[in-house]
Amino acid sequence: MLRFLALRIAQFPLILAVIYLVTFLLVWVAPGSPFDRTERVVDPRVTELRKRQLHAEHWNTFLAHYSRQVLLHGDFGPSLAQAQFSVNEILARALPTSAALGCLAMLIATVGGLGIGVISAVRRGGAMDWIGLSVALVGISLPSFVVAAVLLMTFAVFWHWFPPNGWGTWRHMVLPSVALSLMPMAYISRLMRVSMLEILSSDYVRTARAKGLSRPAVVWKHCFRNAFLPVLSYLGPATAMTLTGSFVVEHVFNIAGMGREFVASVQNRDQTLVLGVVVVYSVLLLGLNLLVDVLYTLVDPRIELTAKAHGA
Amino acid sequence: MSRILPADFSDRSFPDAPPSLWRRMMRSGRVVVGGAILLLVAAACLVSLPRTLDPDLENHFYYDGGADNWDWRAPPAAAEPALWFGTDNLGRSLLARCLTGGAISLAIGLAAAVIAVVLGVSVGMVAGYRGGWTDAGLMRFVDVMYGLPYVLMIIILKISLENPLQKLFDPKVGNLIVLFLAIGLVSWLTMARVIRGQVLSLRGQPFIEAARAAGLTERRIFLHHLLPNLIGPILVYATLTVPQAILQESFLSFLGIGIQKPLPTWGSLTSEALEANAILGGRWWLLAFPSALLGLTLLCLNFVGDGLRDVLDPKRSSSRL
Repeated sequence: MLRFLALRIAQFPLILAVIYLVTFLLVWVAPGSPFDRTERVVDPRVTELRKRQLHAEHWNTFLAHYSRQVLLHGDFGPSLAQAQFSVNEILARALPTSAALGCLAMLIATVGGLGIGVISAVRRGGAMDWIGLSVALVGISLPSFVVAAVLLMTFAVFWHWFPPNGWGTWRHMVLPSVALSLMPMAYISRLMRVSMLEILSSDYVRTARAKGLSRPAVVWKHCFRNAFLPVLSYLGPATAMTLTGSFVVEHVFNIAGMGREFVASVQNRDQTLVLGVVVVYSVLLLGLNLLVDVLYTLVDPRIELTAKAHGA
Repeated sequence: MSRILPADFSDRSFPDAPPSLWRRMMRSGRVVVGGAILLLVAAACLVSLPRTLDPDLENHFYYDGGADNWDWRAPPAAAEPALWFGTDNLGRSLLARCLTGGAISLAIGLAAAVIAVVLGVSVGMVAGYRGGWTDAGLMRFVDVMYGLPYVLMIIILKISLENPLQKLFDPKVGNLIVLFLAIGLVSWLTMARVIRGQVLSLRGQPFIEAARAAGLTERRIFLHHLLPNLIGPILVYATLTVPQAILQESFLSFLGIGIQKPLPTWGSLTSEALEANAILGGRWWLLAFPSALLGLTLLCLNFVGDGLRDVLDPKRSSSRL
């Protein structure tokens, strides 16, 4: 177990370095640059100077400077498009917002998805099954901006239950996190329902019932844990994705989070900011996937983590 | 002395012969119902395409209820076919827009699925069959691509392919091809992983070993022995790629880098409706019809995909959803 952890953690820097390089390559070969995005006619010498100041005159100066900064100081440098801010400042401002939103969304998605999944598996074909299935299908069949807009119109504009936009109190967080949670909730409830159905028909469940255990006890104590495993492996990447924010939801509710910064940075070819956001995202993804693997052993003691079994 | 006769396989009616692919597909209610609705929607979009795209018939796009009662924000009305869905901000028939948009959205989904199948299957097959360094290299590449946010990939593919392709073709066509490529090129990763897994388990089976021992070329093994056994998962994941691709296009339209106006897609129609503040302005039809069509189609595609998975992908068909 410890060996496994050590091996995985030892691989992190390598994977991150590859992702950093690939991202750099992608944003660098893409046409357009943050320096020619202004309406004013700028003297080419000024642009040249500016590029030199920011170490962006050539790909090797950029890579040499910024990768060293990141490695030595954890500093992603100044944002090329929003020159008054450093990438670290932008990340420090956007990440907590997105993380709070993402955590709440994942909480709603997990609790809701597991609940819907279990109930619809237990009451298969019943009313709850159909309601749950429709929620799940809406979650994966409509673009999130439609869902977000409809939520906004209904609960903020018509009924005034929640503020329509902005950030600050818990009331601001409710609608965006519900909108953000629908997609993962849909997947979780589908996964949970399928694996729950499989387990409900297994022999040990019948035995437990035959011994006189009550239905809830069997469902929640015996089945839930086993059925949870496939959901657990989905939770890792889903959480990383939700934590770094969804641009669409942040845009509809006018929240300054990671998703918005990310899309803006890609559109502005703000190379330093793109790299910063991608690295944060990858760290979250890698960390959460590792966490999921560790949690696996806690949920299911039969699984033993060995460096070999997991190959890479 | 009895000779050993070669087995006679000409009689195909084995008592335990597995039912044909088509039969198995038709057994799932979800595939039949979802598929029927899909065919209906797709047929409506395609059949009307010559009418809605013809430049000479441009006026069919626009509702003109006569000079006196010209109305560019007409609500839906049952009397006039062009008005069934109402009109948009410019007085164009929303029905015509939705039909064209549907054809383009479905084309994007299909193109992405085709690219995903070609790339994903070849990468997955080569990686799984050859193993060793080839496998390690290809799969680490897939892992890195998975690690990158797909938004980044799509936007960067889109902006780097845009210029060369628009010079090569007509700008409108170029824009469409860029969309096909950008979305297709990010959609093949799951397919590659699934196919690789299947090939890994097929590779060890006797019939592949026999084929290899008989000295068949790798190409022949791939095309004649592996591929037929992969049809199930390919069909399933191709079907599930289509709705993903359509959603991704709608996301791009929302960012303003999707399809170029005046061509519509369901995604761009919905995001335009949101921009025009359709609900608060009382023009609900602008949002309702495109998003209902989009939702219905994606619902059916997911239905068909899940249904196919149940009947064709034995590993995951443990129970019905």
